[in-house]
Amino acid sequence: MSFSVMLGMLTEGFLVSLQIFFFTIAGAVPLGVVVALGRMSRVAPLRWIVRIYISIMRGTPLMLQMFAIYFAPYYLFGIQLTPDSKWQATITAFIVNYAAYFAEIYRSGLQSIPRGQYEAAEVLGYSRAQTFCYIVLPQVVKRILPAMGNEIITLVKDTSLAFSIGVAEMFSTAKALVASQVSMVPFAIAAVFYWVFNFLVELVLAAAEKKLSYYHD
Amino acid sequence: MTSTQPIMALRGARKAFGEHEVLRGVSLEVARGEVVAIIGPSGGGKSTLLRCATLLEKLDDGSLAFGDITAARDERGRTVYAAGDELKRARSRFGLVFQNYNLFPHRTVMHNIADAPVRVQKRPRAEAEHEARELIQKMGLAGCEDKVPCQLSGGQQQRVSIARALALHPEILFFDEPTSALDPELTAEVLRVIKTLAAERMTMVIVTHEMGFAREVADRVVFLDGGMIVEEGTAEQVIDHPREERTRAFLSKIAE
Ligand SMILES: Nc1ncnc2c1ncn2[C@@H]1O[C@H](COP(=O)(O)OP(=O)(O)O)[C@@H](O)[C@H]1O
Ligand SMILES: [Mg+2]
Repeated sequence: MSFSVMLGMLTEGFLVSLQIFFFTIAGAVPLGVVVALGRMSRVAPLRWIVRIYISIMRGTPLMLQMFAIYFAPYYLFGIQLTPDSKWQATITAFIVNYAAYFAEIYRSGLQSIPRGQYEAAEVLGYSRAQTFCYIVLPQVVKRILPAMGNEIITLVKDTSLAFSIGVAEMFSTAKALVASQVSMVPFAIAAVFYWVFNFLVELVLAAAEKKLSYYHD
Repeated sequence: MTSTQPIMALRGARKAFGEHEVLRGVSLEVARGEVVAIIGPSGGGKSTLLRCATLLEKLDDGSLAFGDITAARDERGRTVYAAGDELKRARSRFGLVFQNYNLFPHRTVMHNIADAPVRVQKRPRAEAEHEARELIQKMGLAGCEDKVPCQLSGGQQQRVSIARALALHPEILFFDEPTSALDPELTAEVLRVIKTLAAERMTMVIVTHEMGFAREVADRVVFLDGGMIVEEGTAEQVIDHPREERTRAFLSKIAE
């Protein structure tokens, strides 16, 4: 098999990895907000449920979560698994797992905003929504950016975990090629893909941090 | 509104944090154009008084009115607050200058000052910015329009926060130790600005440890200790010829 054929197959796999990545970001970034709000809720039972949820998501392997979500419909409700089930379970597991991490980052960011900011806004007459959107949120974004960057870079690499459930992302393709071609080259190519993509992620994050570096507090 | 109605009337204010009674029946009325200085030892309840007057803290008992707006009324020994809309109207009557400024760090000086007039009072942006520019000039901050707070000295930041409060045209301005976070030379420039406002008959309530300043600007000095007004009167009466032992003890202590 020629190098270009291998590259083509790995590229195809990489597109699947990218899909996992972007679906997870699109789902977990907003879901994390909901989870963070639940975690900070005044309603104690809700706060505890969310706390336990976050603890399980962070305290058990994402790989196990994928399998649990994959098999749950069958064992709990007797629903037959379809060819799409694996993909759905993977995306769902990634979203609910990453939402837990993002929620904790949001929470720490929100709680780091001094009370004086809320009080100044209140006295000036800003509504609660205005205070959140124009005063709190922009400051939170700056504060959580480094921590979010870490998670996002981890996510890029974590997409390879979908291999375990049989989703044909780049790592599965690489492993299959390594076996059939008796060569380590596919692994090397995969590594380059992950690294180059993360390098781009780093550039974007650095640009965002630079843009927000016009002030400090 | 009749001219005799006080700009702000706080009556029988009580406030406790848990078991700790911080305000124990404080009444304070401020007339239009009056400058009131509040002095007293740390922990005496000065900040709590201002926080209750500016609706940041809720009274347990007592009433609070701004002119014809009743923000809180006393109902059989318990304070009942007005509905949200009424409180919003009350908030538009006063401004508060914090000890540590509480400027919005991510916004320019211009934005800090002109944003609330636009977003809260729905005034046209051009008009709000024009007025903000005048306030910036008046505060001696010309050239700082596009700077962010971290680029300014503490004295400059405090003057921005005074401009931010003034931009909403409050009828009364509260200051909570506006210079106690500042070096002496920066203190002077902030006090100068407040003196200018006093000369323009801006109604103000100022918590301060600067006795010279209080003597100069205050029409009335209030000595607050242990959650109660121990003594009040002109600066001459309270600072120069205190009648109460507690006032004397406090004044001799800070004179050291
Ligand atoms: N949010 C709060 N919770 C509990 N105690 C408070 C709170 N705010 C103020 N206090 C207490 O109330 C007392 C008066 O405080 P404060 O009004 O800040 O006094 P001052 O401004 O005169 O120094 C102090 O003993 C302080 O510890
Ligand atoms: Mg105080």
